[in-house]
Amino acid sequence: MADYNVKTTGNTGPIQKGVSRPKPNPKWGREEESEMFAQNVKHFRQKKLSDDDFRRFRLQHGAYGSRLQMNYSMIRIKVPSGEVNPEQLEKIASLSEAFSIGSAHVSTRQNIQLHWVQLEDVSEVMTGLVEAGLTTREACGNTVRNVMCSHFAGVCPDEKFDATPYAKAIARFFIRNPMCQNLPRKFKINFACCDNHGLARIADIGLIPEIKDEKRGFKIYLGGGLGAASFIGHLLEDFTPENKLLSTCMATIRLFDRHGNRENMARNRMRYLVHEIGWDKFQKMVLKERSIVEMTTASYTSKLFDVRAEEETRPFPKAVNAKMVKLPMLNERVTLESPAYERWLHSNVVPQKQDGYFTAFITLAAGDITANQLRILAGAIREFSAEGTARNTPQQNLAIRYIQAVDLPDFYSRLGSIGLANPGALTIASAVGCSGTTSCNLAITNSHRLAKEVEYKFLELGLDTDDSLRDSTIKISGCPNSCGQHEIATIGFFGGASRIGPTMAPTYTMLFGGSAAEQSELGKAIMRVPAKRVIDTIRKIIEIYKQERSDSETLNQWINKIVRGEGTGSVRNIENMKASLTPVMQLLPVDQDPEVYSDYGSDARFSAKTAKGECAA
Amino acid sequence: MTIENASGSKTDTEEDIVVTNENHNFQLPIICNADTLRMLIRKDGVRVVDVRKTEEYQQEHIPSAVSLPLAQLLEKDIPSAILDLLQNLGISDKMPVVIYDNTFGALAARVAWSFQYIGHPNTALLEMTFSQWKNLGLEIETKINSFPMKKHSLTINHSIHADASYVEAAKEQPNKILIDSRERLNFLTEHIPKAKNIPYTMLGSNGSILRSPEEIRRYIENRGIPVDAEIITYCGSVGTLSGLTYYALKLAGIENVKLYSKSFREWKSLGKPKEEFKDANYWDLSAD
Ligand code: HEM
Ligand code: SF4
Repeated sequence: MADYNVKTTGNTGPIQKGVSRPKPNPKWGREEESEMFAQNVKHFRQKKLSDDDFRRFRLQHGAYGSRLQMNYSMIRIKVPSGEVNPEQLEKIASLSEAFSIGSAHVSTRQNIQLHWVQLEDVSEVMTGLVEAGLTTREACGNTVRNVMCSHFAGVCPDEKFDATPYAKAIARFFIRNPMCQNLPRKFKINFACCDNHGLARIADIGLIPEIKDEKRGFKIYLGGGLGAASFIGHLLEDFTPENKLLSTCMATIRLFDRHGNRENMARNRMRYLVHEIGWDKFQKMVLKERSIVEMTTASYTSKLFDVRAEEETRPFPKAVNAKMVKLPMLNERVTLESPAYERWLHSNVVPQKQDGYFTAFITLAAGDITANQLRILAGAIREFSAEGTARNTPQQNLAIRYIQAVDLPDFYSRLGSIGLANPGALTIASAVGCSGTTSCNLAITNSHRLAKEVEYKFLELGLDTDDSLRDSTIKISGCPNSCGQHEIATIGFFGGASRIGPTMAPTYTMLFGGSAAEQSELGKAIMRVPAKRVIDTIRKIIEIYKQERSDSETLNQWINKIVRGEGTGSVRNIENMKASLTPVMQLLPVDQDPEVYSDYGSDARFSAKTAKGECAA
Repeated sequence: MTIENASGSKTDTEEDIVVTNENHNFQLPIICNADTLRMLIRKDGVRVVDVRKTEEYQQEHIPSAVSLPLAQLLEKDIPSAILDLLQNLGISDKMPVVIYDNTFGALAARVAWSFQYIGHPNTALLEMTFSQWKNLGLEIETKINSFPMKKHSLTINHSIHADASYVEAAKEQPNKILIDSRERLNFLTEHIPKAKNIPYTMLGSNGSILRSPEEIRRYIENRGIPVDAEIITYCGSVGTLSGLTYYALKLAGIENVKLYSKSFREWKSLGKPKEEFKDANYWDLSAD
């Protein structure tokens, strides 16, 4: 802190390294909720509170039960719009050290999770979080979950305006709001920055900033979402003006609350309702409900939705010599032999719409980061980022924005000193993996470790330097539930168990051709792959692609072509693809090669063990 | 903190505390703060024991400190040998002894516990580590200190020690609670049946090797452990982490605490029963 003050020179302060004064504490959390949690744990232990009531309460307050060990919790820290400041990172560091496992985990929906916290200590963690302005409230359960916002919002060259204050205002409006404390099922709201980024089409409500007649508004998509059965959201209307944002969201949530299925747990997300009613009808219902909301909403209520209060008001210093800044490595080719710094620049740094400023990504392995790394990173953010915060990304990485070109080498070496300077964040190497058997009750496979293995291997092979693979993604879930968002990956995987000969083995169903952003597509299931052959399979696909591609076609484009059956070489469609991959799937009998029949992270014989999931509770 | 002012000697107005070199009558609390230690050093009324490695001690240490690396004590971890060490460091029966390390207090705790075990009634842990002391700009020196040998009596304090058979019997008794001080992932992997986990990482807070007694007491009560229970602490190998827990519990006002000083390493080597948890791959969540 003292260090920080030296660099801050009062209110308007452009300062040496271009760092702004810190933002005020966002105050998402409430002290009394931690106390209540501690009380309820005691009552639960004394059997004064039933299992069901306690579970509902626990999930409402952001604590999941851990895999086959209900005395431990996974604590999900909500990070609305993904914005997390250095004080918060430091707090998360010390809480993870004291009460969790010494590492924290960045999730696919911009939450940060602490695993294996003893139930009795959850309230302690919550108390610590409140001090730093964070909360776990409604991070799980049948509520409005963390409101996401593209990590590029505010710096994206293609965006119409910064969606961040809208995302935060929506989050603030709905958190603890009686309107959505007991929905039929969880409810997800995602803001994008532009058509090319973000996850607007896989949310219950997805929003993309738009300007029409010089007025701000959004393209709003409804009824999307991933899961055992996934849907892509529908466009409500061409343009929803800013002043109808709140009423549209309220109307949608009210409809879901009223008509949603509360009986069948497996089919109670809003997307099923939309599917059953039919989009045309649902669309009309929303528009009608919206006019009712508009007519009946008290002005007091509307005032609780305060975008201006969430806006960035701190002046950011202008980057020095902005027009002269050149970072040649961003656009030039790099190779495995290139200096490490250039390789990192190439795959982890992008220019912002603000001249002279850059966003640097921290490549995490499946989202995991140690307490010590968090602390040093917090210091680096204070020193090098003009906005003085980080954003976490659905690729399970961190984005540090507003860094000046002159500072990038120092920032890089700071990251290097704590093992956070891996390249590959914006490439195929940065694989996503849900928690899988590391902590999730429903997991069949160790998707988390597999994602790490993919990343290690791909970085070792230098696949991050291959620009033809750059726009491809690998995402892995440990069961069909899609927490790892496998359906929007170029090559996605979800875990299962298969009998191979007489033996059960961990396998993954491989999907091709999913994508995010406004043109989002869901992947098509191709075939099952033994867990220990996933890496070889992806490498084989890349090898085939290299033989078959036409000129500048990327892997992602080529795979989509194959999915459509429009390949031009010897592999034209999915069937050809499967045939070419079969050699990789061949396994020796279990007694000759027992290792391929076990999952990553365990030498014991594989067995698919699961317990009741709490997703629907 | 109450400060006893015995022997009726002339009051020293400076700090309202009387310490004379002859009557080592200052009874230390469990945790000694920096100010008290500096005062005691100035009055020459304390033996400061540095338990870091010899080389670290030789480089610099707290003024007047003597060196007793933990490894040296563990080499011959029996009462008669520890008594020799005490005497050689010039520690007499009631002399205040303040111990520090640079390992969040765990090594210091193990040494303090050993002194107490053989009957020294006046030991304390310095509230902070050597690095923190130094970072605060407090006095350090490089001079190697030694003091004339002192006679010390031997009164073994059985009530603060547990061995494997004691632990094995205790785990069947409801009012005896086992606490495992290792980190969460080690605990989940395997532990002594029925043990509860309070990782040592919960005990400290920045700037101090132990949190406030209120906080530690709350952690214990949250776990449903009655404060009048008998608690046995253990950790992975030699009783350092659990030594710190021992003092944390004492600080929190738990009367009856024992240290299983040979800890889980011995337990395993004796082939005693363990509780294991193999149904999750939690190690793969660590970014280390
Ligand atoms: C049947 C139960 C479950 C279903 C259907 C389900 C489904 C999903 C889906 C579809 C996502 C979303 C991705 C997105 O919308 O972008 C997600 C996220 C996630 N889920 Fe689950 N899930 C279930 C249970 C669990 C459980 C038991 C855990 C672990 C304790 C878990 C952990 C996660 C994590 C870590 C994420 C990342 C996103 C976040 O931060 O919210 N899920 N889940
Ligand atoms: S996808 Fe399956 S295994 Fe992965 S976190 Fe979700 S429910 Fe668990």
